Amino acid sequence: MPRMAITVDGVKYEEEVEPRLLLVHLLRERLGKTGTPVGCDTSNCGACTVMLDGKSVKSCSVLAVQADGCDVVTIEGLGANGSMHPMQQAFHEEHALQCGYCTPGMVMAAIDLLRDNPDPSEDAIREGLEGNLCRCTGYCNIVRAVRRGAQEMGQAVRTS
Amino acid sequence: MTEVGKARKRKEDRRLLTGHTQWTDNLRQPGMLHVMFLRSPMAHARITRVDVSAARDLPGVVAAFGGQDFAAEQGSLPCAWPVSEDIVIPDHPPMAVSEVRYVGEAVACVVATDHYLAADALEAIEVDYEPLPAVLDMNEALAPDSPKVHEAGNQAYTVKITSGDVEAAFRDAPVVIDRTYIQQRLIPSAMEPRAVLAGTDGDSFTLWSSTQIPHVLRVMLAVVTGIPEHKIRVIAPDVGGGFGSKLQVTAEEVLCLLLTKRLGKPVKWTESRSEGNLTVHHGRDQIQHLRLAAEADGRIRGLQVELLADMGAYLMLVTPGIPMLGASMFNAIYKMDAYEFGCTGVFTTKMPTDAYRGAGRPEATYGIERVMDELAAELRLDPLEVRRRNWIKHDEFPYTTISGLTYDSGNYEAATDKAMALFGYDKLRAEQADRRDRGDPVQLGIGVSTFTEMCGLAPSRMLGAANYGAGGWEHGSVRMLPTGKVEVITGTSPHGQGHATAWSQITADALGVPFEDITVLHGDTAIAHKGMDTYGSRSLTVGGIAVLKACDKVKDKARKLASHLLECAPDDLEFAEGVFKVKGTDSQKTIQELAYAAFTAHDLPEGVEAGLDSDATFDPENYSFPHGTHLCAVEVDTETGMAKIRSYVAVDDVGAVVNPLIVEGQIHGGIAQGVAQALYEEAVYDSEGNLLTTTMADYLLPTAMDLPDFVTDRTETPATSNPLGAKGVGEAGTIASTPAVVNAIVDALRPRGIHDIQMPCTPERIWRALR
Repeated sequence: MPRMAITVDGVKYEEEVEPRLLLVHLLRERLGKTGTPVGCDTSNCGACTVMLDGKSVKSCSVLAVQADGCDVVTIEGLGANGSMHPMQQAFHEEHALQCGYCTPGMVMAAIDLLRDNPDPSEDAIREGLEGNLCRCTGYCNIVRAVRRGAQEMGQAVRTS
Repeated sequence: MTEVGKARKRKEDRRLLTGHTQWTDNLRQPGMLHVMFLRSPMAHARITRVDVSAARDLPGVVAAFGGQDFAAEQGSLPCAWPVSEDIVIPDHPPMAVSEVRYVGEAVACVVATDHYLAADALEAIEVDYEPLPAVLDMNEALAPDSPKVHEAGNQAYTVKITSGDVEAAFRDAPVVIDRTYIQQRLIPSAMEPRAVLAGTDGDSFTLWSSTQIPHVLRVMLAVVTGIPEHKIRVIAPDVGGGFGSKLQVTAEEVLCLLLTKRLGKPVKWTESRSEGNLTVHHGRDQIQHLRLAAEADGRIRGLQVELLADMGAYLMLVTPGIPMLGASMFNAIYKMDAYEFGCTGVFTTKMPTDAYRGAGRPEATYGIERVMDELAAELRLDPLEVRRRNWIKHDEFPYTTISGLTYDSGNYEAATDKAMALFGYDKLRAEQADRRDRGDPVQLGIGVSTFTEMCGLAPSRMLGAANYGAGGWEHGSVRMLPTGKVEVITGTSPHGQGHATAWSQITADALGVPFEDITVLHGDTAIAHKGMDTYGSRSLTVGGIAVLKACDKVKDKARKLASHLLECAPDDLEFAEGVFKVKGTDSQKTIQELAYAAFTAHDLPEGVEAGLDSDATFDPENYSFPHGTHLCAVEVDTETGMAKIRSYVAVDDVGAVVNPLIVEGQIHGGIAQGVAQALYEEAVYDSEGNLLTTTMADYLLPTAMDLPDFVTDRTETPATSNPLGAKGVGEAGTIASTPAVVNAIVDALRPRGIHDIQMPCTPERIWRALR
């Protein structure tokens, strides 16, 4: 079995994996990173979105071996020192989650969207989140949360 | 302090936002094995051979079984709602033994040390089928020469309800509108796929399931498997949405329980999405024939409704009852002299249908609200004017409708006026006229839906009269801990609704304790020992009231204790902000001090037991009747057939509101699901009974790109059937929005001679209708 090294949420792991093992199953089944859920099997829903070397990927569509040598950040590794990331906080403030199943992926996709466009319009947010499905919220509050998160992340950048 | 009515941010969020979740698939048990099911590729076939021996020999495989291996002990999946005398409830084995009746029915299973190995082993199972004819079309299924789904035939039941003189209403009626609508089949698509984990210590069993109904499930698992009820504990941990789809007793739950019993090891099954699209019960699927008789001025004389309702292959937990939840709703908010409702449940070789958000009421609301627009068009009246001439006026409540329900409160005028103002109704009508005059290729349509629903399920007495197999009460208990903190235990089973937050708000006000000092426990039959669970917009109007009642009992006990300790009569105490104070003095005890005194029990009055806690049940005297006016503006490109929602206004009256943030979220999500039925979603079977929409690539759930921002507002006429005045909000948006959208599309196209577009109103369907 191929041997691989991977850093997840700041912790280094070395694992022997079957070539067919999906990254999301490595995270969930082997490393106990169950904060990242699986919502579909056709990479439509985006619930399993994580950051792979700083860019969002659907971890159900990446083989674990493809992430060899990479740095992965999941929803569990976003906050620092016990406080939530501004985007997580914005989701809370705007009631942008109900059941919460799509939320880890949605938050990751939202952060990735701001990498390209730090101050997105409503339309740009809707377009940027097209790959992530939510069945509870109708997206209104998610869009508002991403606007708020963008503003707060922008502020953080400006004041630091 | 007033918590009720405040837009409190949710207590649930932090865990969910940081990945500290307990989805069933996250759970692990020592020695846990993984289950996978082999499913029928045939819509209808006799099983002539199942051979699992090759699978058993593969690496990691602990066991493999076919249906015969469960035949002696698996029982039959339950149907709790035999709606008529003539109902046929066929045997429904959790794993098919001799015959399969829909694509996806489980025919064998593998238990392995790893789910990849289990998937490998499924490939090695051999099943021989002798094909039987698929039965797919409801009208054809009822023909005498149709192939049969079950030996007893394809008719599951018939119901006929008549009120008033229907024949007289239609005799010489100046206007008769006669329409047939199709409620397409939908896939509920909760974001969390189903998962079950079952374990045993050799004596008793624990089953974790992604379910809305841990309490109902426990009873039913005992009935189906014969395992005594007191040996079964059911836990619904974090549950990622349900929308009715997890209001079910599933084959997989029963089989996982039997597997852990047989193997002595914990077993877990998690469905893939494709598996779920095939085998999570579907929703809707009705052919509705409506006839409405009216006077020349638009006043309704009578309404006749005849439904064909697709049951699918079996009757599951409440399958036959779903259309019946619409039986009293077709007459909606309108006054009329005569009403007739008929329904025939039909078996087909498809996945069974059952509850999906709204459950019977969206179907009914769609039918009547579409027909009201047809009536308006026929009489060349504004659709709101026709409604105004027929609806129950605010000063006529309580009002007993033609179908026999008594609506306790409502104000349709107020909700409509508010919605029209927010929407800019007159201005949009002017723009519509202008675009029509100009022959603009993009036409504007305005859709109206003035809906009501019956929810808050339900008065036990009324459920009994409807031959439903259980009651509709709910349980709550409240215990004050020695340090003054509070645990609330609820029989409701939230899966996104925010009960931990809302129940804390109710309790904080009732006991005068800080919101932060309250924890809400739920979803575990060993902790919440009684309950009827979460569905039918019942949790607040029934479960929230049970919590309130339990708080009142705690307060009564605290008052007795305070009067004893403060040496005064109970009536001399006034209670506010968590403090019992002797009137006109400084002498007082906080409820936290009383909780400690009740814990130490050093000095209790005669007849008062230790501990400051209580429990209560609430059984509502009536359903609740949320209502509202939804207005939708749609731009239809007549060259491409594309319909795009330009604006959407919803004014809902859900009675008194505990948390406006949560209410707004429920309305948003509800509207989205109703819009999805109107524009995007349809479960499609091919001519051989194969489901074509097995993945999220084929079944079109709307994305953020596909939906507009919704403008929401409220009016508030309190319900009189519960002390909070709450009416329920979980289903309102879904019930209201589908006809609002389709009415808008048809309104845009009406000058072109179009009076219906079949849902989902895809660009292709609209484009074809225009040619």
